[in-house]
Amino acid sequence: MNTATQQLESYLEAFSELEKLAAWRDLPWWRKLREDAFARFAEVGFPTTHDEDWRFTNVSAIAQTPFQLATKESSSVSPEELEPWRVPDIRCQLVFVNGRFAPELSQIGKLPAGVTAGSLADEFSNHAQAIEAHLGRYLDIRRDAFSALNTAFAEDGAYVHIRKGVVAEDPIYLLFVSTGNKEPLMSHPRNLIVAEAESQASIIEDYVSLNSGTAFCNTATELVAGDSAVVSHYMVEREHPQAFNVSTLRIQQGRSANVASHSVLLGGGLVRNNVHPVLAGEGAECLINGLFIGSGRQHLDNYMLVEHASPHCDSRQFYNGILDGHAHGVFHGRIVVHKDAQKTDAKQTNRNLLLSDDAQIDTKPQLEIYADDVKCTHGATIGQIEENALFYLRSRGIDEVSARKLLLLAFANECLDRMKQDSVRTHLETLINRHLFQVANSVPAARVDRGEEQARKWEELG
Amino acid sequence: MSLLEIKNLHAKVENHEILKGIDLTVNPGEVHSIMGPNGSGKSTLAQVLARRENYEVTAGEVLYNGKDLLSLKPEEAAAEGIFMAFQYPVEIPGISNVYFLRSALNALRKYRGLEEMDAMDFLPMFREKLKLLEMDEKLMNRSVNEGFSGGEKKRNEILQMAVLEPKLAILDETDSGLDIDALKIVAKGVNSLRSPDRAMIVVTHYQRLLNYIVPDFVHVLMNGRIVRSGGPELALELEEKGYVDAERQAQLA
Repeated sequence: MNTATQQLESYLEAFSELEKLAAWRDLPWWRKLREDAFARFAEVGFPTTHDEDWRFTNVSAIAQTPFQLATKESSSVSPEELEPWRVPDIRCQLVFVNGRFAPELSQIGKLPAGVTAGSLADEFSNHAQAIEAHLGRYLDIRRDAFSALNTAFAEDGAYVHIRKGVVAEDPIYLLFVSTGNKEPLMSHPRNLIVAEAESQASIIEDYVSLNSGTAFCNTATELVAGDSAVVSHYMVEREHPQAFNVSTLRIQQGRSANVASHSVLLGGGLVRNNVHPVLAGEGAECLINGLFIGSGRQHLDNYMLVEHASPHCDSRQFYNGILDGHAHGVFHGRIVVHKDAQKTDAKQTNRNLLLSDDAQIDTKPQLEIYADDVKCTHGATIGQIEENALFYLRSRGIDEVSARKLLLLAFANECLDRMKQDSVRTHLETLINRHLFQVANSVPAARVDRGEEQARKWEELG
Repeated sequence: MSLLEIKNLHAKVENHEILKGIDLTVNPGEVHSIMGPNGSGKSTLAQVLARRENYEVTAGEVLYNGKDLLSLKPEEAAAEGIFMAFQYPVEIPGISNVYFLRSALNALRKYRGLEEMDAMDFLPMFREKLKLLEMDEKLMNRSVNEGFSGGEKKRNEILQMAVLEPKLAILDETDSGLDIDALKIVAKGVNSLRSPDRAMIVVTHYQRLLNYIVPDFVHVLMNGRIVRSGGPELALELEEKGYVDAERQAQLA
């Protein structure tokens, strides 16, 4: 109990420090929201594995580390350091260092009329009404302590706004850099993406870390897709193995809105990826597509909560996991069909490859259906690289390491193929390719002989 | 020098002895057929030659081009010119046929110290081979064998063989499950690859295939041993009298 009190005190101290700064947060509605959020966090604290939503992920390492809020001084990054991490060929690049917008590292370029992309803190005054209409309206600070924490400490992040009917052809790229320090640092980037009715946009959130200090990035994004809007969202995690990353993507979909969420988790030590779409308007469609590749002692937790709140909505979840070494993966797929959401069509598939005896996956479907005319299916597989396929490739002359890599890449391709934005897909393909080569190389050849597939399969129709 | 020399080969799978002393010599240009009932060891022999690792060789030796074949990995055997057409070709979702074949060809070329072939050089050659097997090019942009019919899978095996141009091709029951039209196309493909410096081992359960691919030698494999060898007429005799009679004849001899 004592340590819990100490933890809380350090957060309380940080919170009151923050209160003194940053004028934009003095807007009464926002101040109230932040205070409520902090009160909520103070009340519940960090979740434990007794909490059903956190059964497979122990966050005590986050709770016990005395993180400091990153200051501007601790956040200096040179353009050269950043260069290798950037995505070439994307014109609009916004860089955030420890959660704060870094204009000197960003290049926004000329955006089409009706498209705004910038720092939330800066835009707060220009777009006060639009921001007030959405910020904090969707993220559930009561259910989730990390969302509460993010809301309490949010200082900056990205604000993207697409006006009604506007098509933003080029993707908008948001690069979040964590810089470690001697002291463990935390940051709480807060993003708001509003795509008005009939608009179209692609947004990429990319999380990287520059040096090896301990860092905790607790990020939250509210994505609002108006009626018939079409939005693709990409989340890429490639921080170093000491990094803690908790991300929450809360999607609010209007009538016939079509949203695709793509997650690619390659890096990070302890990663929790929350994706929470609410299909609020009739006929909305949501694709939730993900790939997680873990090795070493990485812990990659994917928590999906898909809420069908209106009739005739479709949701598709596809998550593929590749786990090597002592890595631990989690896929928790929860689908809630509210009582009015008749004719819901929800599908969930989680496929996993375990490359070592010590790798672990917990996969858990959770269906809560309160309507009576719905179609919900879910399925998961856990297997190894198929010995048959490996031998087939080798018998044609492809060496073992290349053959393994090819098979892993094929498995990853299932996710890449669902990404519609060519430039982003090509970039991610390169990243994944490079990453998989390390994984394929590190697997001892002896494992292959025992490659008997011990697949555990389940499929249910509810 | 013989291309392949198998001497007293014994092999087991999961402690079950399947090959119990095989002797066979194959010279360049020859086509050998190995016939036998289910469970006689035909496929095991093919898999051992293709170097599948879960078959354990317990005795004997196999010389290929004078080299110890049994010390090679599957990819090395392939690079040395051995090709096995699978009885059950494997489906590999996520890798296209074209990509797979070009990767395989380039892996072989690299092993042999040749330059890799780029798409510009590969495609015209590839299209020729597709024509030979009467295969639709569209099929080649799809994943390896995924959603292929039985006949398409077998034709795809022979297509791979045509592209990779092995010195020793082993066809493991390539005829099984084919209708007569598909069988003719496969046989045409195989026959076009017959050449004085290429040998083939055609493993089959039925004589039918040998009407179209006429072998120089026929061997009867039963219970892990070759019990009879002869010319193409032996296949016809087997068809007429069955394997049981062949075994009796062998015992009498």
